[in-house]
Amino acid sequence: MRLEPRTRVPFALVIFAPVAAIVASFVLCAGLVAWSGASIFEAYGLLLKGALGSGFALSETFARATPLIFTGLAAAVAFKSRFWNIGAEGQLYAGALIITVLGTGMLDLHPGLMIPILVITSAVAGALMLLGPVLLKIHFGVDEVVTTLLLNFIVLLLVSLLLEGPLKDPMGLGWPQAEPVTEAAELPRLFRGLRLHSGLLLALLFSLIIWIVSIRTTLGYEMRAVGFNQKAARFAGMPVKSVMIKTALISGGIAGIAGFSEVAGMKGNLTLDLSPGFGYTGIVVAMLAQLHPLGVIISAAFVASIFVGADAMSRSAGVPSYIADVMVSVSLLCMLVSVLLVRFRIRWS
Amino acid sequence: MRSEIEISEKQPSAEVVLRLRGITKVFGSLVANDDISLELKSGEVLALLGENGAGKTTLMNIIFGHYVADSGSIEVFGSSIQQGSPHVAIELGIGMVHQHFTLADNLSVLDNVMLGTEPLWSLYSNRRAGRQKLEQLGERFGLQVNPNERVAELSIGERQRVEILKALYRNAQILILDEPTAVLTPQETETFFETLKKLVSGGLSLIFISHKMQEVLAISDRVAVLRDGRLVSELKTAGASETELAQAMVGRNIELPERKALKAGEPVLKLKSVTVRAEDGRSALSSLSLDIRAREIVGIAGVSGNGQTTVADLISGLVEPQSGTLELHGEVVNNFTPRNMLRKKVGRIPEDRHSQGVIGDMTLAENIVSESYQEPQFSSYGWQNHLNRQRFAENVVSKFDVRGYSANSPVRLLSGGNMQKLILGRVLSGNPQLILANQPGRGLDVGAVAYVHEQLLAARANGAAILLISEDLEELLKISDRIAVIHRGRLSESFPRESISIAQLGLLMTGQQKTPTTNNQSTEADAS
Repeated sequence: MRLEPRTRVPFALVIFAPVAAIVASFVLCAGLVAWSGASIFEAYGLLLKGALGSGFALSETFARATPLIFTGLAAAVAFKSRFWNIGAEGQLYAGALIITVLGTGMLDLHPGLMIPILVITSAVAGALMLLGPVLLKIHFGVDEVVTTLLLNFIVLLLVSLLLEGPLKDPMGLGWPQAEPVTEAAELPRLFRGLRLHSGLLLALLFSLIIWIVSIRTTLGYEMRAVGFNQKAARFAGMPVKSVMIKTALISGGIAGIAGFSEVAGMKGNLTLDLSPGFGYTGIVVAMLAQLHPLGVIISAAFVASIFVGADAMSRSAGVPSYIADVMVSVSLLCMLVSVLLVRFRIRWS
Repeated sequence: MRSEIEISEKQPSAEVVLRLRGITKVFGSLVANDDISLELKSGEVLALLGENGAGKTTLMNIIFGHYVADSGSIEVFGSSIQQGSPHVAIELGIGMVHQHFTLADNLSVLDNVMLGTEPLWSLYSNRRAGRQKLEQLGERFGLQVNPNERVAELSIGERQRVEILKALYRNAQILILDEPTAVLTPQETETFFETLKKLVSGGLSLIFISHKMQEVLAISDRVAVLRDGRLVSELKTAGASETELAQAMVGRNIELPERKALKAGEPVLKLKSVTVRAEDGRSALSSLSLDIRAREIVGIAGVSGNGQTTVADLISGLVEPQSGTLELHGEVVNNFTPRNMLRKKVGRIPEDRHSQGVIGDMTLAENIVSESYQEPQFSSYGWQNHLNRQRFAENVVSKFDVRGYSANSPVRLLSGGNMQKLILGRVLSGNPQLILANQPGRGLDVGAVAYVHEQLLAARANGAAILLISEDLEELLKISDRIAVIHRGRLSESFPRESISIAQLGLLMTGQQKTPTTNNQSTEADAS
């Protein structure tokens, strides 16, 4: 068996391949569902209904997708320039931390001013988290995978320390949680009675901005060039190092805003379980989207609906909700295979 | 019995040792070999001539068992063989010397030669017998190499000898040599040809793959010419002419550009005892001095790896010298970055098109502006002006005859020749006053090489100073006004093209001669 590059890729195949990958992943996971003793169709039906079947389900799914769009975008921007930011989790917490400090009473402004300021400060906090790793990489060749990954734990421990100490909510009944942000700092809900909040609009806006930057601006041109072929970009006289730094700052900044969006839109206050690994899942989201800024929206919605749907499925059908993790992983593998098959054809010989 | 053997030795040409019938091999949409039938007779040297991509190497890989032909058959010594197994090919007496050597650098010559000839599970290795056989072979064919030396310590020419010995050790009767002279200096090539003659008189039959016509004429008995996967011509070497072969190879008339005498102008580039330290696997330059004037092409000859890359990196702005100065138009350059070199009107044609010259996944248009995208016509307030980029790119594409794809296709789809045209277009549309052309013709077909040379000569006529770095002496002699030779990071003085011969260049390339005769020096003084 050999793989041969396709000389022409039919457009239909480009559209069909990801759909086929998703279908394949559902088929592959059907075995697990059956193994846990549930009927396959019933279980998948419950999953679909739980994710998309009602206004409430949709609200939950998109509320879950919102932080994933931010972290997915952060990963996509960085990976596109071959900067492997594995630290979106830490950047998210850094963003959440700074707005907790500013938003629980220190700043008292009109919401129209308060929210932009908090968006910017959370972005700055996230970006600063990546400044160290990117400078270490550029000047000393330190592998950013290691530095960004380890910073996640450092930030989480710092948050833990602060939540047990100076930031601890005196009304929190002893739980390690911060005071809730003030009303002016809250992101408004989109529908009465549902948890979906305007952080989603912010996430969509950023996807659009990143996409336009990537295809229309000089910086976007440089970022793509550095990502595709750093040697040729350097030879052509592009400022490779400064492009790397800018990429890292943008990536970290977007991940930081995810922290703001979760605290100000979803939870109301900073806790240690603010993010169930949104930073890491963002990497999967970015890969599923093939690093496309707009594709991130779709893949984040997909991943979120699996998680939300699987919760519903496990409540009603008794299938463990861990199946969601398996399904997301399997769908990623299927997607990678489908990408391969779009570029290459199999020859049996 | 005896007499029979004598008869067969007296009439070697009668016996066909290798016969190909209707070999066809298709890769995707590319027909690499199209119905090729060919015979190799005992004791002859058959040259297989063709351009890059004509299908020579594919054909030989089929014979040697690396590939299986889609259709067609192979007969060796009268019996047809099962394809697809190098083992079978070796057992039948076929040996192959690959273009890129297949030696283990960290093993000794003897180990390399014996590798794979003994049973895998045997506990005992008969090294003494192996050594004896190797020494005998070496003596018989004039292929002396020290069996104990590590391959890493050997020169390129010696490594090639080891490759041939490897085949002979396995009792090869038919030897396939894939572009064997590509890595050799002119002197090494001569010695190599002597070796080939000894092999033939020792009873071997040879297939010599090449795209250099002069070598083919010098060494072969018969020539088979491949073009686009088809066998287009088969003729006796005696009586064949270079033009005849070139036409068969290319399939059309190629007008070779001619270098007209021009009066060189003011010095554009001055290197004054430039020294660059070796790092990142880069070879060092020691105290290198060179002047290039306007309307002048200066060639740097040398065996690969003697510092050419470092010279190119220096001019490209990728490395800076530890000592010495680089002057452009009399101004000392202090800032060694690609951008600054571009600002000073230095055009660079890199050695490796794919890894340095273009960004394969970006479009033709994006690649054409990759050195100028920051200029006001393409970039304003951080936004890229697509319309201007597109217009500019389409202009370059049509002016430099980049064929096959639109300005919005990814560059990786282009053939080597068209990719080089695109790079030429990018470089020349910046109106450079100094052009660095590093291996500009490497891997290109005859037509594309002619085009590249024509463009360089046109730039020279327009007043550019050109530094041509090449390992191809023919290329250097064709378009250079002066030639200098680099060896172990030291550059010889430069000699006017008219007063230096291939043989002299060859000696300088191996570092055997510091300066040619005083006669040459005086002519250079006259010229300048």
